[in-house]
Amino acid sequence: MKEFQIVVLAKQVPDTKNVGKDAMNADGTINRAALPAIFNPDDMKALEMALECRDIIKKENKVDVKVTVITMGPPRASEIIRESMFRGADGGIVISDKRFAGSDTLATSYALAMAIKKLGHYDLVFTGRQAIDGDTAQVGPQTAEKLEVPQITYADEIIAATTDSIRLKRVLQNGVEIVESKLPVLVTVHGNAQNCRSRHAHLVISRKNDEIPMWTADDINPDFERLGMKGSPTKVKNIENVVLAKKESISIKSDDEGIRGLVEDLTAAHIF
Amino acid sequence: MNNIFVYCELKDDGKVADVSLELCSKARHLADRINVEVEAVVIGNKLKGVELELFKHGVNNVFCLEDQRLAFYQTLPHFSVMTKLIEREKPYSVLFGATPVGRDLAPRVASYLRCGLTADCTALDIDENGNLMQIRPAFGGNIIATILCPDVRPQMATVREGVMKQEIFERQAHTTVTNLSAAEFLEPADFVVNIIERKLEEKRIDIKGAPIIVSGGYGMGSKENFKLLHELAGLLGGEVGATRAAVDAGFCEPERQVGQTGVTVRPKVYIACGISGAVQHRSGMEQSALIISINTDPHAPLNSIADYVITGDAVDVVTKMIKYCKSNNKK
Repeated sequence: MKEFQIVVLAKQVPDTKNVGKDAMNADGTINRAALPAIFNPDDMKALEMALECRDIIKKENKVDVKVTVITMGPPRASEIIRESMFRGADGGIVISDKRFAGSDTLATSYALAMAIKKLGHYDLVFTGRQAIDGDTAQVGPQTAEKLEVPQITYADEIIAATTDSIRLKRVLQNGVEIVESKLPVLVTVHGNAQNCRSRHAHLVISRKNDEIPMWTADDINPDFERLGMKGSPTKVKNIENVVLAKKESISIKSDDEGIRGLVEDLTAAHIF
Repeated sequence: MNNIFVYCELKDDGKVADVSLELCSKARHLADRINVEVEAVVIGNKLKGVELELFKHGVNNVFCLEDQRLAFYQTLPHFSVMTKLIEREKPYSVLFGATPVGRDLAPRVASYLRCGLTADCTALDIDENGNLMQIRPAFGGNIIATILCPDVRPQMATVREGVMKQEIFERQAHTTVTNLSAAEFLEPADFVVNIIERKLEEKRIDIKGAPIIVSGGYGMGSKENFKLLHELAGLLGGEVGATRAAVDAGFCEPERQVGQTGVTVRPKVYIACGISGAVQHRSGMEQSALIISINTDPHAPLNSIADYVITGDAVDVVTKMIKYCKSNNKK
C-alpha cells in the first residue's frame, strides 16, 4: 500500500509559564534548575491533530498512514519523541548537532526543512503555532517557505481530510475561517485546538525501549553556511532581566508626583 | 533604495488597521533620523483613497496592488507581492504589525529573502552604526532582548499593536502613489488555498494571557468607576480583572473574576485597585511577577504580597495613572 506521511515538528522547551519568582537568579540570569523541560504545549496539540488526521485518512483504507515526529535540540529532546510514541505517533527523529547551536528561526527552519526532505516523501506537516520559550511563531511559516508548500496558520479543527486535500478551521483575530488546500501543506496549530490524547498503556510498554534515531547535521545534507550561528542573521545584542525579585513593599505616595514617578520608572524598565 | 517599508493591513471595512498607522508614524521618526523615506504597501481589492490616510501618518509613497481576488488576506499572494517588491526596491527595513496576519506573512517573506526577523517588538530604535535596534520581551516575558541584524538587509520586525503611538504629521513635501500590476506580481499558483467560509465573532473575554491585569474590587464603588480600569488596561495593553465581590455587585462580567472560583492569572503586572485581598482572591493572582496594590487601608492583607503599595483612593490613583501613562506614550 502507498504510504501517507504526516510529519509533526515539535520542540522541548523550558516551562516558562509555570514558575514563580524563583525563576530568576539574584544576578539576573535564568535559573534553569527551576524550569522543567516540557513538550511545547502548541506542539502537543499539533501531535493530536496529526493523529486525528491519521485516523480520518486511515478510514479511506487506501493508504498506509504514518505520523513521524521531528525535533531539533539536545539529545535529551528524544524524551518528547518517546512521549509522542506513547500517545500514538509511529516514530520520530531527533536532529542534534553542536553545529546547530545559536540558530535563530531562519537557521532552525532550514535545518527542519532539510530533515523533512531527507525523509523523502511527505504529505502533511503539523506544528504548534509557537513555542513558549520564544513566542515568535516564525518557524512554521519559514519551514513552509523552505519546503515551497502553502501554509495554513492558527488551525484549531480539522473539518475534512483526504489523501489529496485538507479542510481546516482557523482562528482569526475576530472570528474564524474555513480554508481548504491541496497537499502537501504545512499547518500550524492554535492553542485553542483539542488537547492531546493520553498515553496508551500498551504503547508505553511496547515502545519504551524503542531506539530513537538521532541525525547529525551531516545526515540532512545541508549547506553548512546556513546552519547555526552562521546561518542566523539576527544577533542578540543585549539581555535585560525584568523580573523583580521579591522584596519589601515599596510605598508610593498617592499624589501626582508619586504616581508620575512610578509610571515613569515602570515604563523605563519596559514593564509598562 | 534603503527606505523604510510598512506593510499595511486592512480591516474588514477596508480601512487601514490601527497597528499599521502606528507603524507608519514610528517609521516616520526613524526615517527622519537616517534621512530616508517611508513607503507603505497596501494589497487589497478596494484601495481607492487609502493613500490619504497614510499620507497623514507620515508616508511618502504608497505602493498599491488592487485585485478583486484579494478581498481577504491570504498568505501566498501577499507573500508574492512583498518578496518581489522588496527584491526590486531593496528597503532598509520592513515593518509588519504583530497581528495574526503580520505573524503569518512576515516569517515567510523573511525566510525567502534569508533576512532576519524579530517578532513582537515593543520598541524600535537606531544604533550608532545605523542598525535597527529591535527590542522585545522573551522567555515568557521574563527578559527583554535587543536584537540586531548587522549584516543583512532588509531588517524586518513585527511590532505589537498599541505599543507605538499613532501620530498625525504635516504632509510630506513629496508624496506619491505607485500602482503595482497584478499581472506582474501575482501568479495563479498564489491562489491554491481556498477560503470556504468566514465567520466574524464578537471577541470573547479571556484575561488569562494578558501581560498586565488591572483588577478592581468592591472598593471601586460602581460599574461607572470600572470604566477607568478599562481605560488604564487599554493604555497598557492589558485586561481588566475583578474580585468575586465586584462581579457579584455587577461591576463587570463574570469571565473577569480572578481567584479560587474564577481564573488563575500570572501576569507580568497585577494592579489591584480597591482589593483588600481575601485569600480566595490571592490564590488566583499571587504568582504575578509584580503586584501593585492601591487601597485606602494601609493594612489591607493584599499589601503584604505587593511590590508597590499606594495608600489612597483607587479611583483617584487610577485617574492619575491614566494621565501619566498617556503623557508617557506621547514622548
